[in-house]
Amino acid sequence: MNTPRRTSFDKIWDEHVITALGDDADLLQIDRLMLHELSGSQVVRALADTGRQPMSRAQVFTVIEHLISTRPGRGPNDSPSSSGAVMIETTRRASREWGFHFIDFDDPMQGIAHVVAPEQGIAFPGATLVCCDSHTSTVGGVGALAFGIGASEAEHVLATQALAQSRPKKMRVSFDGRLTEGVFAKDMVLALIGRIGAQAGIGYATEYTGTAVGSLPVEGRLTLCNMSIEFSCKYGFVPADDTTFEYLAGRRYSPRGAAWDAAVAHWRGLRTDEGATFDRELHIDCNRLGPQVTWGISPQQVLAIDDRVPNPSEAADHESRQLAQRAIEYMQLRPGTPLRDIAIDVAYIGSCTNARLSDLRAAAAILAGRKVAPGVQAICVPGSTPVKRAAEAEGLDRIFREAGFEWHESACGFCGHIGDDRFADLRVIGTTNRNFEGRQGPRTRTHLASPATVAASAVSGRIADARRLI
Amino acid sequence: MEALRKVTGIAAPMLRINIDTDQIIPALFLGGTDAKGYGAHLFHHWRFLADGSPDPEFMLNQSPFNRAQILLADRNFGCGSSRERAPKALREFGFRAVIAPSFGGIFHNNCYRNGIVPVELPIEQVRALADEVTASAGLAELTVDLEKLQVSSAWGICYAFRAPELLRQMLLDGVDEIGLTMGRREQLDAFRAEDARRRPWAYAPQAHDPSG
Repeated sequence: MNTPRRTSFDKIWDEHVITALGDDADLLQIDRLMLHELSGSQVVRALADTGRQPMSRAQVFTVIEHLISTRPGRGPNDSPSSSGAVMIETTRRASREWGFHFIDFDDPMQGIAHVVAPEQGIAFPGATLVCCDSHTSTVGGVGALAFGIGASEAEHVLATQALAQSRPKKMRVSFDGRLTEGVFAKDMVLALIGRIGAQAGIGYATEYTGTAVGSLPVEGRLTLCNMSIEFSCKYGFVPADDTTFEYLAGRRYSPRGAAWDAAVAHWRGLRTDEGATFDRELHIDCNRLGPQVTWGISPQQVLAIDDRVPNPSEAADHESRQLAQRAIEYMQLRPGTPLRDIAIDVAYIGSCTNARLSDLRAAAAILAGRKVAPGVQAICVPGSTPVKRAAEAEGLDRIFREAGFEWHESACGFCGHIGDDRFADLRVIGTTNRNFEGRQGPRTRTHLASPATVAASAVSGRIADARRLI
Repeated sequence: MEALRKVTGIAAPMLRINIDTDQIIPALFLGGTDAKGYGAHLFHHWRFLADGSPDPEFMLNQSPFNRAQILLADRNFGCGSSRERAPKALREFGFRAVIAPSFGGIFHNNCYRNGIVPVELPIEQVRALADEVTASAGLAELTVDLEKLQVSSAWGICYAFRAPELLRQMLLDGVDEIGLTMGRREQLDAFRAEDARRRPWAYAPQAHDPSG
């Protein structure tokens, strides 16, 4: 009898099933729980209130990153959020008392959880890794089954190191061909969302494959997986390969020596079998892919940078027309305007999507010898403290500063509006992941793009094509 | 966990696709470590004008929808951020059910753990319910029955729906999910012991000085 051909996702899922809970859910072993102060503070308090104890503190990591200020010289509880200090302090105290791995605001490992987890080798191929943050899918970039959960689910994980979940359907997206110069992982995922829509991933786990994914460095894969949730896909991942193993080897929490060899041998077995079937398959041609930029209030409202603001009356169906109309009004745009004519107020480089070292290098390549356009606020918030230090070691901070960028400490920063009204009423082009109404501040209009596009726009004062500045 | 078997009440139609959790409750209002205190900020940017006063144009500020217990929405409701304060805010406002063609996956799971049932119905059926609500100026009440798995209306509409059995039972009985899983302690320990032999790297991560 033939062994059934299985997808990578099913292999990872199956080896974590403690028991089936009826027909539509499994109780899964959870390898890593990442906590942060925004939801982690509620999770630890809720557990403490019931008198229960964490089951496996060695598998829990806490990072201070959501609410902590990015201001240079920040203190331990500095936050733009009025309740930030109490949430940071609650999380810090519980993490120390319970003996979690704790990465405080001034720890050399500090950064956004989804940047830190791969960077420190906390995540690994085939891991089940959860965090109270929808962008946990980022960590699928190293072949982990990583997904966002709610605070109640996290409390359950803390108490039992297990979680009930329904097995999703499987989608495979193949990015074929090769990326051309000036086109990045961000453009790949934005193009995908534009094509399949913001709802297409509901109930699915997505495996990314194809030549363009195979040749992407791990940092690009993390960007790709990060935005899986922007088409409502909880799980997005790239099965681990030699690129992944090279990336993880020697990282702080990666196994060493014989333990490493045994792990890699196991991880090699987690790839999708030849002939395994998926519930949905898609192909995207990267040879003809250009830079992408969003124009609306959903990530599906995205176009190639040389396109024009669409006319809502030409939308495919009633709902899309309604959404387009609302987007045009909220974004204060006129149909037919070339995207490259849209003037911007803020250029923002940061977030778990696009603030790793390769992102900062791509932006710096555009900024070198240029100046931010008059009247534009330009801000860079590195994704982690190691990213910031590495960037400083190679002089990138000087390029950013000389161009007119502010250079901040690492945190989630301005990706979500937690209290600083700095972007109120302004138009932002940013490397973040959500262009939702009010996401970055009251009436703030957000355009999503790659770091190179954001840097080119910063120096141009309007949305700009980085390929013209290379 | 709060139980729910059946709810009958006013329904508010908000038929728009991709209503994300940032709209349901903006990040600005996620502060604090309390389990409650979020209902006042439900749909904050839509519900309140810039000066903080209620926007009279917004449906949930109008009678009878200010007493709504059922929300009618379009596809991908609750997409985006995983914030559990989104269902908490809906629940505190008074909602016990949301009916939509599809839901963001994390939000869907969070609803069940906060006393709300997310009901999936095709858009044509959601529209038919919304039409009846609109035609009655909001006074035609709907019933969502989680035990019988059906949605019915005062004027005689009756639709069946499906729900994941585990989550349904949890909500029907209002069970303590953590307590249930802790009751499987021997099973958890046995799995972990066996798994730790197969995948030792998953269990006790050791910090090393980075090499190179």
